[in-house]
Amino acid sequence: MISIKNLSKIYTSRFDQSRIKALDDVSFEIGEKEFVSLVGKSGAGKTTLLKMILAEDKPDEGEVLFQGIDVNRIKKSQLPKLRQRIGVVFQDYKLFPSKTTCENVAYIMEVMGAKQEDIDRDVPQILELVGLKSKMCNFPNELSGGEKQRVAIARALIHRPDVILADEPTGNLDPYHTRGIIKLLIKIYEMGTTVVLATHDKNVINSLGRRVITIDDGKVIRDEEKGRFIL
Amino acid sequence: MMTSIKRIIRAGWRGFSRNIGLSIASVFIMVMVICLATLLFLLNPVSDVLISSVQKKVDVSVYFKEDVSEDEIMDVSAEIANISEVKEIEYVSKDEALEIFIERHKDDPVLIESLAEVGYNPFLDALNIKAWEASQYEQVANFLETGVFQGLIDNVDYYQRKPVIDKVFALTSGINKIGIFFGLVLGIIAVLVAFNTVRIAIHNSNKEISVMRLVGASNSFVRGPFVIQGIIVGFIAAIITLLITFGLCYGFDSRINALAPELSIFNIFLSNFFLLFLIQLATGIGLGIISSYIAIRKYLKI
Repeated sequence: MISIKNLSKIYTSRFDQSRIKALDDVSFEIGEKEFVSLVGKSGAGKTTLLKMILAEDKPDEGEVLFQGIDVNRIKKSQLPKLRQRIGVVFQDYKLFPSKTTCENVAYIMEVMGAKQEDIDRDVPQILELVGLKSKMCNFPNELSGGEKQRVAIARALIHRPDVILADEPTGNLDPYHTRGIIKLLIKIYEMGTTVVLATHDKNVINSLGRRVITIDDGKVIRDEEKGRFIL
Repeated sequence: MMTSIKRIIRAGWRGFSRNIGLSIASVFIMVMVICLATLLFLLNPVSDVLISSVQKKVDVSVYFKEDVSEDEIMDVSAEIANISEVKEIEYVSKDEALEIFIERHKDDPVLIESLAEVGYNPFLDALNIKAWEASQYEQVANFLETGVFQGLIDNVDYYQRKPVIDKVFALTSGINKIGIFFGLVLGIIAVLVAFNTVRIAIHNSNKEISVMRLVGASNSFVRGPFVIQGIIVGFIAAIITLLITFGLCYGFDSRINALAPELSIFNIFLSNFFLLFLIQLATGIGLGIISSYIAIRKYLKI
């Protein structure tokens, strides 16, 4: 489903023009209906990698193929269609502050041109799944961190994407909420969606017992089925 | 397609109503800009009225010798009327000139006594000639002084009045030039102010815009609600400005009328109502749309 080939990315500091290698010749494949964890220290290159898959940033070398399509060579007008097949959960939630919980989740369906009756049926269902049906009319600033993250997951999930990219979804949460979010991601995976989880949370990785790709200093240093957090 | 348009309009209205503080600030800035456009628009007919009222007061008088009969003066008048530059000719007999003088200076006993002292009517029969434009008086004066009826004329008072006529001429063209210059400068400032207000409002939402792009929204779906907000701001500002213009024109009409009797700004407002409202709407909505469209562009690159 996702094929990363010899991907490299170098950022240049605006302060002293020094070069920072964020990704260094990274290659791996992610298959259909797989649950993959990307682990590494902060700054290892996990977020950069997810940005490349989402075509938010361009690599200096290499390519990212999503279902056989090179995401960096795709026409700009085709990019929204590609992104609609990917659900993203951001570490800092990135909810729309002036939209209610319900509107935040419904937005992607509106973007895709879904019928209003489908939106009215699906949004309450997905909010029930993430345990937020009672907060449908609340704005993001009226929700806790865990609730915001669950809204972000609901938004990433509502349009049944082929893959979910979750970038540190538990980074700002306490252990109780962390467990809830991970349970939710597993449920999504069990329903048949590919999940790519980027995290540096050791306990989360060790409890999952699934494929783990470890990144350090922009390089893949380990790729194991049923892996553990080893750094 | 219709569903998308409805959603974009609804999102635009929500964006406007949920950021009401910023929306009100944008409306007020836009009101100022439209007020400026209105002022520039109204300045034109107002200056036309003022200039023509000053020009109406300018004329050239031809005084005839004592022994010239009224019939001869009428012949001269008919001859002058053929000149294309001449707009209007008025005959003032020496008796009428005396009456006008007495009427005008009835409160000045010294002048009236001086007139009595003279013992006879010192005025001459005259033709007051008005030209279409201030610049044409010199040609009319030349024609009179070199024409066939030169022998009948005592004097043409163009040269005594020349400095005044020249001043009116200079003022007329000066007002137009200054008007165009200020119009351009204020217009540019207004457009920049409006553009920057919308830009700041959109900059406030830059993160939101990039998330919209990242979750798969097309450029038109992201841009649409902001353009709708621009239209709403422009429309409300145009209505407010129309009410302000109505209030000011109505309120100040009698006071301005007392200073310049020919000028009724309320009549100018009424006779130009639809054009004025159209200009206000076009300024508000046009600026709203163009500013949002340009300001959002740089956030859509993601």
